[in-house]
Amino acid sequence: MKSIVNRVFQVGAATALAAGVALSAAQAEETIKVGVLHSLSGTMAISETTLKDTVLMLVEEQNAKGGLLGKKLEAVVVDPASDWPLFAEKARELLEVHKVDVIFGNWTSVSRKSVLPVVEELNGMLFYPVQYEGEESSKNVFYTGAAPNQQAIPAVDYLLSEEGGSVKRFVLAGTDYVYPRTTNKILEQYLLDKGIPAEDIMINYTPFGHSDWQTIVSDIKTFGSAGKKTAVVSTVNGDANVPFYKELGNQGVAASDIPVIAFSVGEEELSGIDTGPLVGHLAAWNYFMSAESEANDAFIEKWHAFIGSEERVTNDPMEAHYIGFNMWVKAVEAVGTTEVDTVREAMYGITFPNLTGGIAVMNTNHHLTKPVLIGEIQEDGQFETVWSTPKGVIGDAWTDFLPDSKMLVADWTKPIFCGNFNIETSKCSGQNY
Amino acid sequence: MSSPTRFPSFILRSLSGRAPVTVLTLVLGAAFLVPVLNLLPESNLFHMPTFMVGLVGKYLCYALLALSVDLVWGYCGILSLGHGAFFALGGYAMGMHLMRQIGDRGVYGHPVLPDFMVFLNWDVLPWYWYGFDNFLFAMVMVALVPGILAFAFGWFAFRSRVTGVYLSIITQAMTYALLLAFFRNDMGFGGNNGLTDFRDLLGLDLRSDAMRRGLFIASALALAIGYVLCLLVTSSRLGKVLVTIRDAESRSRFLGYRVENFKLFVFTLSAILAGVAGALYVPQVGIINPGEFSPINSIEIVIWVALGGRGYLFGAIFGALAVNAAKSYFTVAFPEIWLFFLGALFILTTLFLPRGAAGLITRNPDAGSATVLPAWLSSILPVRKGESGS
Amino acid sequence: MFRAFARAIVVVLGFLAAVQVPNTAVAASDLDAAVAKLTEKSFSVKEAAIAEIVASGDPRAVDLLSAYLEGGLFRNKKTGAIVTVEKTEGGYLTTDALTGSALEKVKKRGVKKIRINNKLRGIVKTALGALQLFSDSTETRLKAARTILANPSPAMVGLLEKALAQEDDADIRESLTHSLAALKVIGDDPAARIAAVSTLSGSMDPSIWQVLGRAADQKDDPALAAAAQQALESIENQKAIYSLIETIFFGLSLGAVLMLAAVGLAITFGVMGVINMAHGEMLMLGAYTTFVVQSLMPNAIEYSLFVAIPAAFIVTGLVGIAIERSIIRLLYGRPLETLLATFGVSLFLQQAVRTIFSPLNQPVTTPDWMSGFYAVNGALSLTYNRLYIIAFCILVFVALLLVLKRTPLGLQMRAVTQNRAMASSMGIRTGRVDALTFGLGSGIAGVGGVALSQLTNVGPNLGQAYIVDSFMVVVFGGVGNLWGTLVGAMTLGVANKFMEPFTGAVVAKILVLVFIILFIQRRPRGLFALKGRAVES
Repeated sequence: MKSIVNRVFQVGAATALAAGVALSAAQAEETIKVGVLHSLSGTMAISETTLKDTVLMLVEEQNAKGGLLGKKLEAVVVDPASDWPLFAEKARELLEVHKVDVIFGNWTSVSRKSVLPVVEELNGMLFYPVQYEGEESSKNVFYTGAAPNQQAIPAVDYLLSEEGGSVKRFVLAGTDYVYPRTTNKILEQYLLDKGIPAEDIMINYTPFGHSDWQTIVSDIKTFGSAGKKTAVVSTVNGDANVPFYKELGNQGVAASDIPVIAFSVGEEELSGIDTGPLVGHLAAWNYFMSAESEANDAFIEKWHAFIGSEERVTNDPMEAHYIGFNMWVKAVEAVGTTEVDTVREAMYGITFPNLTGGIAVMNTNHHLTKPVLIGEIQEDGQFETVWSTPKGVIGDAWTDFLPDSKMLVADWTKPIFCGNFNIETSKCSGQNY
Repeated sequence: MSSPTRFPSFILRSLSGRAPVTVLTLVLGAAFLVPVLNLLPESNLFHMPTFMVGLVGKYLCYALLALSVDLVWGYCGILSLGHGAFFALGGYAMGMHLMRQIGDRGVYGHPVLPDFMVFLNWDVLPWYWYGFDNFLFAMVMVALVPGILAFAFGWFAFRSRVTGVYLSIITQAMTYALLLAFFRNDMGFGGNNGLTDFRDLLGLDLRSDAMRRGLFIASALALAIGYVLCLLVTSSRLGKVLVTIRDAESRSRFLGYRVENFKLFVFTLSAILAGVAGALYVPQVGIINPGEFSPINSIEIVIWVALGGRGYLFGAIFGALAVNAAKSYFTVAFPEIWLFFLGALFILTTLFLPRGAAGLITRNPDAGSATVLPAWLSSILPVRKGESGS
Repeated sequence: MFRAFARAIVVVLGFLAAVQVPNTAVAASDLDAAVAKLTEKSFSVKEAAIAEIVASGDPRAVDLLSAYLEGGLFRNKKTGAIVTVEKTEGGYLTTDALTGSALEKVKKRGVKKIRINNKLRGIVKTALGALQLFSDSTETRLKAARTILANPSPAMVGLLEKALAQEDDADIRESLTHSLAALKVIGDDPAARIAAVSTLSGSMDPSIWQVLGRAADQKDDPALAAAAQQALESIENQKAIYSLIETIFFGLSLGAVLMLAAVGLAITFGVMGVINMAHGEMLMLGAYTTFVVQSLMPNAIEYSLFVAIPAAFIVTGLVGIAIERSIIRLLYGRPLETLLATFGVSLFLQQAVRTIFSPLNQPVTTPDWMSGFYAVNGALSLTYNRLYIIAFCILVFVALLLVLKRTPLGLQMRAVTQNRAMASSMGIRTGRVDALTFGLGSGIAGVGGVALSQLTNVGPNLGQAYIVDSFMVVVFGGVGNLWGTLVGAMTLGVANKFMEPFTGAVVAKILVLVFIILFIQRRPRGLFALKGRAVES
């Protein structure tokens, strides 16, 4: 205890200057450093802690294989504490002070937006593992999660199909932030294009952590009693899902009457819910723990051994880190250096097997080609795949369903070399680095 | 209040004494030294990485914010649990200017609209965004928006004689309501993502080291000016009245002071200081979003002040610097368990340093028995300590 | 496609009903083949298999389909046998689904669930409804009739008429009549269609609104559409009344949640004056206690809450006493510093829970008796968990009021609150009373946490989500007044729910906060202000 107290006072008393000198003096070892930028406290710790553990596991595994380029990998873990400006600060610290070669991190869009200018300025390399709203492609970020066309569009296609119940009426329910806003805008346009009249689309936004869903669920029930098959497309985020699903269950909204298809509910979210009343509701992801493949069995086994519990689940963003990390390793091995620009060039076209079978490819727009799966929630909190795309879907940075972004493309190879190239004006806007 | 002839002497008096001299020397010294150290070549032992410049610059903004809270809480007994709102509003005003500065360099290349508006299919700029392309206008707004909000809020609250914990909780309600409002994408402030992706300020690239040094110096100067301003207010006769109000509000009223006017003045001034701190904070961290409005943030500010020592001014500055430096250190050194340390730090300080860190080294007569008891509480307590003799 | 399929089923059913005695010997092998087809990957093959199972006329069809619907049919990966399973220690006991004979014990991954999707669920439900329409149990028949009402298919007319002729039970007859009418609405005879609409009009069953909605939407028969539209409009008034009742109910239940979240704070903050930022974490501890209790008694989830409530009270009460004795005791006379210290405690407890239980949310099961809803009619259904929460809220409030007003401890608490020095000189051990009061407040917060665990996430952030609201409620109601807390919570809950349909959830909440700010201007000491000299300094 005494040493801790000492440290506390040391820090309190030390001027920032002294701290700066101390920090910059503390780096001299021959390792390849992997930055881990996931919140370990605050509201996002629920989701992000698992990803930190995943990266640590991957690093450990790589070291057991003999490291990379003859050096050991060293993970540098920091806690940005679900505080968005702190993400930027910690990213800068990782790159400037700890001189990490690559960063695996972020969950929320806002944290990524906060970190973006830093990794671009300092030319870092960030792997972002979560499904997101698209409309972005940075030279310094690899997006290993799903873009809207790898999750939302196939999910709606499924609902519209005969197998998915030929849904005619849609509730787009989401948390009020950029991912649901964008996804719902894209979906609204997509549904209108498919001939669904505007009065058959209901859009609803709720605040973060919304806990009282009585009115909204009751509205959904009413909306669904107008004589047409109705489904809910949910982009409700994180914590708000548990009370939402509980209310659905309690008000007797069964999956066979009004199915809910979610884009932010995975195995980990379900592990915090009594899934009994939810059986049959759906989710769209690129990975389910229930996927049957040897790679997946091995991954789950390693994860259980690493975390020391058979109860822990795996989920889609974990697979995204798994693919991203292994692609990075492959690229570094191919070029023999961790220098960011060289590795970036080597990333394009690199492939790695998915845990669900099939091969993921890194495209020149920094998004992956991955299969899309639709799963039904089961009693045991797992998903049962009920539908999947026949082959991988190429992640699209700029959606084709919004007027302002359909003429934009991202391609980080010459001659375009731009994250948002306007094919009508042949101009690359907004890049000043 | 004070007649012109007395002015110089009281300024001198307020600036003399050990604390003001030390604080001003340190802050102004840092304003000079840090940029110089940053300019040293990287190989030099004393080189200060740009990262540290930004970090310390951020702490200085927090220090100014803490100062503003100490002014109302330490000297006037108004425990505001909503000062984060003024900070964030100042930050948003600055952020809006920076957004307009992006011009057509946004990802969609729209000449006027910021990216997030293009993204939400907005056609025209909302009226409240007008004028923010002008730097001076934006700077006026940095002070005016928090100032007007504080004035309006204080006007009603102080006139209705809302005091003590009731006041604290409605300030919290205010910042909570603003948090929810700014989260809404329909508000036109970028929703949860807030404002980000800034490019330049006054024609200078925000990412350049020179800009960072400039912002650092500006923050240090703002802190110094803010500190002097608070010193002037607190050591003037106005300040004495404030302390009187803090320690015995009804009695001051019976003596003929218009308590609500004094409170209103100091509350508004404090909000403006917080707004300025926010405006300097935003370009240094590169983002402003509704999270800054969260009630927990405002509570944290109060904690910096309490930890540093309430009613000393320099205590608030020290508290903000110390807690944030500790936080930066702990989140890297003990990412998994740092909250234990922070929690313990708060508990131990309260128990063993009742007058904060500043109480260790000084005995400011004004700070006296720093606790201001809400009326409902004083009845519970056995004896009240003697009031400070001002 | 669905229609065509359903027609196929019912043609068969009609045949069944006519023959009455199915030829089981032949049908059995049909059934085996059909069930085997269920394991195919393609959902259209499964669909055909369901039709065949029904067509087989085998008496086992009902059990098989029910098991399939509930996800209880598995395939043994090795032997390929179709089995039902029973979970036991160290694996699954399997039973042959067709013969009912016990088979070997297998590992968890040794069997594979036979897949079903939402569309098949609908088909199976309808098929089961048709199969069970002639069951001996009235309850089963009623359920079957209601299932058919939800998904009527035209080919069932004959079957329904037959069932109606045999049926004595009034409720079932009504369902069957409605189903028939619903089918006639889409039938061929224009006059019968209009007549059917008039049969259906005035019903409060959402399934019938669906039928009427479809009829009102169709373009071929304007007279029918107009009649259906009129039928729908005729119930609008009734629906409006029920929706008003529903809104009040929602408001009261939200109020009850706010009350349960805030009531502990009404003691620690309201009565004692401790600005207790750790209150949220007391709620959290209560919720985690529920989780621990449930994991200790996994086979008696139904009763777990009755154990969890006292357990949570004791656990959080003891934690509260420990906090009071070790920290807050030293801070009396420095009330604002309790804010600082309890904020530290709150960070500490959050991290402790994160370290002990992991940062993930923990699953807390809702007992069956709290799930589901009581349907007054189609327009108004009251969910059981909300009903229980309102009742529980009142119970807690009354209990607390009794403790404060009718027990010696309550008397001492009030005495210490009103005049500590005087109480002390009357021989009350104020220290002990302080500790017990804080313990009581914390314990009640823990009990509130048990209630919250039934509604929301049980995770380290649970407390943070409720702390601000709790303070609002206590201050709005008037610090130090329990009635104020109750009335305050209910007012805010109902106001919120009345605004929500017009403004959306976010704006409703903002308006409630603005309302609190303005209200405090009018009444600077809250709704129920304490009066007298004691409150003025």
